Formats: sequence, C-alpha cells, structure tokens
Amino acid sequence: MPVVRVDDVHKRYGALEVLKGVSMAVERGEVVAIIGRSGSGKSTLLRCLNGLEPIQSGRIEVAGHVLDASGRGLRALRKDVGIVFQSYNLFPHLRVAENIMLAPRVALGLSKREARARAEATLAQVGLAEKIEAWPDNLSGGQQQRVAIARSLAMQPKVMLFDEVTSALDPELTGEVLAVLETLARDGMTMLLVTHEMAFARRVADRTIFMHQGLLHEEGPSEEVFGAPRTPELRQFLSGGLK
Amino acid sequence: MIRQFGVDEFIFILGSAKWTLVLTFIALALGSVFGFIIALARVSRFAPLRMLAGAWIGIVQGVPVLMLLFLSYFGLAIAGLDLPPMIAAGISLSLYAGGFLGEIWRGAIQSVPHPQWEASAALALTRTQQYRYVILPQAVRIAVPPTVGFVVQLVKNTAIVSIIGVVELARAGHLINNATFQPFKVFAVVALIYFCICWPISLLARRLERGVHAGRPG
Ligand SMILES: Nc1ncnc2c1ncn2[C@@H]1O[C@H](COP(=O)(O)OP(=O)(O)OP(=O)(O)O)[C@@H](O)[C@H]1O
Ligand SMILES: [Mg+2]
Repeated sequence: MPVVRVDDVHKRYGALEVLKGVSMAVERGEVVAIIGRSGSGKSTLLRCLNGLEPIQSGRIEVAGHVLDASGRGLRALRKDVGIVFQSYNLFPHLRVAENIMLAPRVALGLSKREARARAEATLAQVGLAEKIEAWPDNLSGGQQQRVAIARSLAMQPKVMLFDEVTSALDPELTGEVLAVLETLARDGMTMLLVTHEMAFARRVADRTIFMHQGLLHEEGPSEEVFGAPRTPELRQFLSGGLK
Repeated sequence: MIRQFGVDEFIFILGSAKWTLVLTFIALALGSVFGFIIALARVSRFAPLRMLAGAWIGIVQGVPVLMLLFLSYFGLAIAGLDLPPMIAAGISLSLYAGGFLGEIWRGAIQSVPHPQWEASAALALTRTQQYRYVILPQAVRIAVPPTVGFVVQLVKNTAIVSIIGVVELARAGHLINNATFQPFKVFAVVALIYFCICWPISLLARRLERGVHAGRPG
C-alpha cells in the first residue's frame, strides 16, 4: 500500500492554477526525485503534501492521514511527515540541541531525556554530534542544513520531503548534504526530493518525476527518465535549458 | 509671604518624584498587559479582532494623552463615576501605554521572518506553541530596545496628570514655584530630576539596541 497517495489535486493562488490535477503514489521506502522548470509547481506540490498550503480540490493521503480541502488533521499528519527547506530555517534563538528537541518535547510529549537522546542520535546520523551545543549562526550553511535534517528526523517521520535543500549552498558544501540524503535513502527512508542535482537524482532516486506546467508530465525509473526521455519537453529540459 | 527655595522645598520636590515613578510603573504594568493583548489581536487570524485592535491603536495614537486623561477624569465623572485623580491618571496613562506598546510589539512579532512560522508548523507545533517557543522569544529580542525607549516617553508624559491635581514631579515644581517665585531654580531642579530618571533608561535603550544588532546575547 502506498505511503503517499495524491489524487487529482488542484491548487490555485488566486487566479493562477499551479497544480492542475496531480496524481501520484509513492511506496514505502521509495526515493522519488521531482524535477522540472522553475515555476512548474514542484515546491507547491511538496508544501501541499504536509498541509503548508491548502488545496482547492482532490485528495492527499500521507502515512495514513487524509488531507482534503477542509484542512483537518494537519498536526497528526505533520508528526509523520518531515520537510526540509532550501533556507534551513533553524530557530536562531535556540542552540542546536534545543532546535532538535523542541518538537519532540512539545508536539510529541517526550521527556527531556528522551528528546535529548533523539537529538544526539540524529546529529550523529548527519555527522554533527560535536555541534550539539552550538548556536545556529555559528554553523556553516551545510552544517545548518544538516541540523535541519536532524531536526526533522528527530520526529521519526514516515516520509521525508526535501525542497532543493542544496540550492542555497556553495558547491563545496553541497556534497556533505547530499551524502546525508544518500545515507538516508539507503537506510530505507521514504523520500520525495525536489532537486536540480540531476546526477544525484539519477543515481539515488528509484523513480523520477518530471513536472511541467502544474502536471506530472513524465515519470518512470530514474535510469529511464534520464537515459531515454520520451517527451520533447523533458528532452529539452535535460539538454540544458535548465531554467 | 514669600518663601525661599531651601532644603525643605527641595525635599518636597524630590519626594513627589516618587509619584512620577509610581505612575510610570502602573502605566507600564497595566499597559504591558493591555499592549500584549492588543499586539496578539493585531496579528490574529480573526479579522474583526484585528480591526478592533487596529481601531484602538489608531485612537490612542491619534488623540493627545491629555484627552484620554480628561475623558477618564471629567468624562466619567459626568457619567456618575467619580474617580480619584490618581486613579484616573493611572487609567489614562495605562491606556496610552497599552496602545503604543501594542503597536511596538505587533511590529516585533511581525518582523520575525515568515519561514519561522512554516518551519515550526511543519514540526507539528500548535499555534500557541509556535508563539510560545518560536515567535515570541525572537520578537522579545526585537522589541526590547524600542520598549525601553518608550519608557522614557512615558516618564515624561506622566507630567500631564498634574493638570487634574495629582502632585507628582511637575505639579510639585509648580506648587513650590508659586510659593517661592524662583522659577529658574525650581524648574531647573525639576528638570534635573526628570533627567536623572530618564538618562539611565535612554542609555540602557541604546545599549540594548547595539546588543540586538551585534547578534545573540548568550
Ligand atoms: N504564495 C504564493 N502566492 C502566489 N503565487 C505563488 C505562491 N507560491 C508560488 N506561487 C506561484 O506558483 C507557481 C509555482 O511555484 P513553485 O514554487 O511551486 O515552483 P517550483 O517548481 O518550485 O519552482 P522553483 O524551481 O523556482 O523552485 C509559480 O508561478 C509561483 O510564482
Ligand atoms: Mg521551488
């Protein structure tokens, strides 16, 4: 049974229809890359998946939680669905440990000790165990993004969403974040990632979805999507007219 | 009989400064509660609440404090509610402080970057938890310098209540001047006392301002 299931989702900002009837399904443990031109609706789709944006029609089911136009049951869903943004969005007034512990404590009701254990475990997972007492401002962009990933992982989500998590980083810091994503993927996390890192998507994602003008234009096993694109739009997109 | 401006007169003026401080304190305490409610109402998701709070801020900022004072003293008296001057003074200054603090704090809350809301929502925090753990702690840092700056205005504005007979610093100076006819001496002393109260607060405000821009205090 799929962990993520999207049925005919429509999303508008005012008169602008950004998602024009998107349907898809993601199986447990699957890693799905979402690629496409700027403005094609990739971020919007991810944001709808954890209810940051309401949808006008259609149905979204993630990890057993159903989202429809009414927007009920949001919090239950968000406990099971993590999202990491391009701009890390750490809480600047809290140390790394407290950044990670906050949600497990107040949203999940864990004790301080349990939350601390999760912070230590997830920081180790992203290779930053020694930064547990640091302030976010004193970390590099790559380190902040890894803390943001750890913060999401500490909720022990069933699905992780990543929206261009390396786009704000200098090239030399991109690698350390991609390495974390790759480990996560190998450990069986269900992941949807919007990315411009084509080589990474091809190597790590089981499946790749090409979005075009608010629709899933083409999808398939990553090797096929990148190796033998069927539609002219995807071919053109891959052949360099990136933006 | 004309008195000389001596030690007794000086002590009388100095003693009356206590009431200036008391009024400032009351206005600040009640005004804070009031201002906090107004600030939250102004950023509420409930439109009528936003409009109500907005209207209130508009009134308080658009009307001289003196009018608030006359309304709560003379106005309520006509309505049958005869408040002692000190109470009327406390109420009107609190309303005034509440309006201004509400606006300062609304600005502080809104200057916390929007992604902080999103990140905390995505972590399954309720709206109350978002305020308590993520938004307000950051807003406080932003709000402290202008709030302290406002306290200086508040101290000086308490002088206005002398008009309904509350003997605070300004009124005490007035009384002593009537008895001594030494306005220069008398009001220089009064001004100096105001200065001694306000100057340290201004310094503090400026220091805090630098602190905020320099980054995070521990
Ligand atoms: N809050 C908003 N209000 C109005 N329009 C929006 C809003 N957010 C996004 N849009 C519009 O929706 C469309 C899709 O945006 P979206 O961010 O999903 O694109 P994207 O595929 O993620 O692009 P990029 O690669 O640049 O991140 C764009 O035309 C964008 O301008
Ligand atoms: Mg995007």
